[in-house]
Amino acid sequence: MSGFGPVSAFYVLAVLSIGSALAVMAARSIIHAVLFLVLFFVSLAAMFVLLSADFVAVAQLLVYAGAIGVLVVFAILLTPSRDRRGMETKFVGPGLLAGAVVAGTVVFIAFNTNWDTASNDFPSTVDAIGQALLNRWALPFEIASVLLIAAMIGAIVVVGGRGVDLDTHAAGPATRLVRRER
Amino acid sequence: MVSLEHFLVVGAVLFGIGLWIALSKRNAVLILMGIEIMLNAVNLTLLAFSRFVKSPTPIAGHIFVIFVITVAAAEASVALAMVVSVYRNRGTIDVDQIDLLRF
Amino acid sequence: MTALCGYVLSEWYDLRDLGNPVQALLDWINGWGDGSTFHWLAYVVAGLIGAAAIGLFLGIAMLSLIWIERKAVSRIQIRYGPNRTGPFGLLQPVADALKLMQKEALTPLAGDKYVFWLAPVVIFIPTLLVFGVLPFGPKMTAANINVAVLYIVAVGSATPLVIFMAGWSSNNKYSLLGAMRGIAMAISYEIPMVLSLLGVVLFTGHMDLNGIVQWQQKYHVWLIVLQPLAALTYFISASAELNRTPTDIAEAESEIVAGYHTEYSGMKFGLFYAVELGNALAVSGIWATLFFGGWWLFGLDRWIPAWLIFLGKMYILYGALILTRGTLPRLRIDQLLDFAWKFLLPLALVNVLVVAAEVTIWQENGISAGWVLPIAAVINIVLSGVLIVGYTQTFGFARRQRPRRARLVTDTLAAMPQ
Repeated sequence: MSGFGPVSAFYVLAVLSIGSALAVMAARSIIHAVLFLVLFFVSLAAMFVLLSADFVAVAQLLVYAGAIGVLVVFAILLTPSRDRRGMETKFVGPGLLAGAVVAGTVVFIAFNTNWDTASNDFPSTVDAIGQALLNRWALPFEIASVLLIAAMIGAIVVVGGRGVDLDTHAAGPATRLVRRER
Repeated sequence: MVSLEHFLVVGAVLFGIGLWIALSKRNAVLILMGIEIMLNAVNLTLLAFSRFVKSPTPIAGHIFVIFVITVAAAEASVALAMVVSVYRNRGTIDVDQIDLLRF
Repeated sequence: MTALCGYVLSEWYDLRDLGNPVQALLDWINGWGDGSTFHWLAYVVAGLIGAAAIGLFLGIAMLSLIWIERKAVSRIQIRYGPNRTGPFGLLQPVADALKLMQKEALTPLAGDKYVFWLAPVVIFIPTLLVFGVLPFGPKMTAANINVAVLYIVAVGSATPLVIFMAGWSSNNKYSLLGAMRGIAMAISYEIPMVLSLLGVVLFTGHMDLNGIVQWQQKYHVWLIVLQPLAALTYFISASAELNRTPTDIAEAESEIVAGYHTEYSGMKFGLFYAVELGNALAVSGIWATLFFGGWWLFGLDRWIPAWLIFLGKMYILYGALILTRGTLPRLRIDQLLDFAWKFLLPLALVNVLVVAAEVTIWQENGISAGWVLPIAAVINIVLSGVLIVGYTQTFGFARRQRPRRARLVTDTLAAMPQ
């Protein structure tokens, strides 16, 4: 892709997405981390648009930024911990090393392979995705719907649904360890 | 000129950052955020390949990404439900303190 | 002169379609130099013109909306409304803006001041983005996206997060409570909205708004006749997303002071207020585009400019939103959530089923549109009436025939987070 528009957009979005991912790591309070995560999702959606994947970009905005963001926020509010910061384990250094090794390996492979490049620009991805999902990949499509309903039912059962008995809140270890913080 | 390698580098760096977050945080919800960053980096790489590499069905990359988004949503919901449930039973979601099954 | 009474020309002076002068300007810029050096300038100028047009329109529209809303709602409530500031209160928006600008914009001391500052700024973004996709005329869409219908829903799905940001950073129990209720309601009403829009997309085969308007132009029909259930479901779900009465449980003025924007004062509150009105106009614009023909009015756009027709439709349909706001009482949060999950969702699903069946029969057998569309319209209208009436009679709360004695009902609010 050449031209002033796509190139400048790519660099701006690359800086934005990497910056917000680093900010998720370095954020002091967990709510800030969630908001940076949502910014990361939005910047990735913009990158998908840059790659001519308009339907996937809109799906990413709808599912990730709209739904999973809200889900993570609810989870944080339902689990108030003594300090709201995400304290680090003792694996920060080794974690950085592992991340750097993995990223370095992938970058090395990316630069040293002869990719069979072409320029696949779709006139309308919605049409193509619709055709593919109902003709060739119909079985994974149906399995994905079964997976989603299994996840929904599983989540409701795990959390306890409506019939959560109030005894677990009464005098267990949870009430002693938790101080009601902001 | 932006080509395939640029997107692959960005995807790799994002994957590395996601792995770093998942390995170095104590709060279970933050670990889940690192996992989501990793999944998104993979999505970016798949779409870059779909756009820039010759293939008989270039739309397969997009289909794969849609399924990854679907599975990530299902997994995030179940994982967060488990986190909330663990919080109710243990009182904490610090993964260093939830170690009853360790040797 | 006779040419001007016919169809809209492509000349730059034919202002019945304001895209004509813009296109002429861009072609002129593209022709500078040796034909291809200044394409980037045309790109930048096109973006700037689109953004400036949307910003200008939105600013003027919000001023007019403040006056229209307050006058209309006050007349419904049998009172005068603003009539002191200027003749008929026409300068009331100016007075409101000046008042909000000169107030002190307080920030809570123990709250999160960056997020507090950011929330009213970010809540403006979905409004602008939605107006960028609406087709004001045949060539007057700021951004003609292929997936515009889904894009509108996706952009609107960022609003619950911003409501949470506003409620959280205020460091106020009631703000957080209002924000939680607002989020629960917003994410519940997204699903019937998407399903009703899915019915429209299935029927027309287009996901871009200009294509849907041109489909209505081609078949000489307004989509509301063919899809009444989808139109009604979309209207109810979208007005629930807007946090307006009867669904303004997130900012109920008599219950939790002002919900998620309690702590906001000055121009920050002004932004929330303006965004609420702007979102309402955007929803009426989308309703006009999808179900009422957009800029097309049975061929009348040969004489009246198409953008005037669209603006007129937008404002007339905004009156429907004002009517529901002025006349309906506020619903409780559990009533709202029950309504979304147990009433709107099954009806939207049945609508998608029926529409898909109709479209399949139409496309597979190649029946001409002159037969299919009236039959489909009759079937859809009858079915929607039967469904709504039958559903409410069997599953709703029946009225008591005789007054009974009061009895204790244990009815917990199931939707409150802990």
